[in-house]
Amino acid sequence: MGDLFNLKNIHLDLLKEVGNIGAGNATTSLSNLLSVPVQMSVPTVKVVSFDEMVELTGGPEEVMATTFLEFSGDFTGNVFFFISPDQADQFVQILIQDEQQSILNDDQKLAHSAFLELGNILTGSYLRALSDFLQVNLYAHVPNATVDMAGAIMTQGLIETSVVSDYSIIIETVFQSEHFKQDIKGHFFLLPDPGAFEKIFDRLGVK
Amino acid sequence: MNNCSQVKVGIADIKTAKQPQMLMTSGLGSCVGLVIYDETLSVAGLAHIMLPDSSLSRQNDFKVGKFADTGTDELINLLLKEGSKITNLKAKIAGGAQMFKTTSGNKLNIGNKNVLAVEEKLNQIGIPIVSKDIGGHNGRSIEFNLETFKLKIRTVYQGVSFI
Repeated sequence: MGDLFNLKNIHLDLLKEVGNIGAGNATTSLSNLLSVPVQMSVPTVKVVSFDEMVELTGGPEEVMATTFLEFSGDFTGNVFFFISPDQADQFVQILIQDEQQSILNDDQKLAHSAFLELGNILTGSYLRALSDFLQVNLYAHVPNATVDMAGAIMTQGLIETSVVSDYSIIIETVFQSEHFKQDIKGHFFLLPDPGAFEKIFDRLGVK
Repeated sequence: MNNCSQVKVGIADIKTAKQPQMLMTSGLGSCVGLVIYDETLSVAGLAHIMLPDSSLSRQNDFKVGKFADTGTDELINLLLKEGSKITNLKAKIAGGAQMFKTTSGNKLNIGNKNVLAVEEKLNQIGIPIVSKDIGGHNGRSIEFNLETFKLKIRTVYQGVSFI
C-alpha cells in the first residue's frame, strides 16, 4: 500500500482524535440548530480500498443526501455529511417549519437550500474545529449538496487520492438521535488528501 | 472469467464476461463506464474509469483500470485474448457527470475530461462508439446485456433507459 499508509497505532489514535474534535463540534452545532440532543460515536479510522470506502456509506447505489465541503490551505481534503434523504427531510422540515417540504422533490428549492445551509454549517464547524485543534489555516471552498447514489458522490472525494494510491484513509463518525419522529443516524467523513497526513502528524509532534 | 450470472465491476476495475452473463457497475459519478463488446463472439468487457490519463499517476504500480488510456488498452487486450478481432469491437459509454457545481484541482470538470479521454482513445484505435449517455449532474448505474448488447442505465431521478 506504499509509505503513505505505513501507520502505527499512535497515528491512528491521533486521527481518531482529529475526527473526534471535528465531528464533536459539528454534532454540537446540529444539536443547537435543531434544539434536540444528538449523540456521537467514537470515530473510526480505516485504510480502505475505494470499493470498501463506498460500502461504508451503505453501498454504491444507496441514495443519500450529502453535503460535500472541499478545503485547502496548509493541507487539502474533503468533509462529507451523509444522511438518508428521509432523515434529512426531518431536519429540513424543522428548519423551515413546513412538513410538506422534501429534498426528494427536485422542484422544492427551499428544501434543497435548507439542506445545503444545514450541511454548510455542520461541515464548516467540523473544519473550524480541525483548524483550531491543529493550529493550521484551512479554508472552506463553496459547499455543495446533492441527493444521489453514494458511490457517485463519494468518488468525488477520492480523485486527489487516486493519483497516488489505490487506497485511502477515511475518518468516520456516526451521530444518532432518538428525538425525532424516526431515529436519525448520519455520518461525517473526513477524507484528507494524501499530502495532508504528514502535516497533521507534524503539527501533533509525531513523525 | 467468472461464472456468476452478474459480473460486478468495482471502482478502477476491469472485467470481461460471456453470454449469458451480465456486466454491471454501480454508482458512476464523474467516472466513466466503458463497455467494449464483440457481437460475433458474444463477449464483452467493462472498465470503471476514474481519471483521464495515467500520466497523472504519481505511483508506478497502479490499477490500470483507473485511467482512460491504460484502462482502454487493457480492456481491449483482454478481449483479444478471448479471441476477438479488433475490427469486430464496438463500444458504449456512460457516466462522466459533474456531481458538484464547484470543485477544484484534479476534480475540476473531471467527468468531461474522462469522457473526452475515452473517446479520443477509442478513436485512435478505431473502435466505433455505438451509443453513449454522458454528462449531466447525476450518478448512474449500468448493466450490459450480452444477449441484446443493450446497456441499461439507471439514475435516481430519471429512472431506467437503454442505449
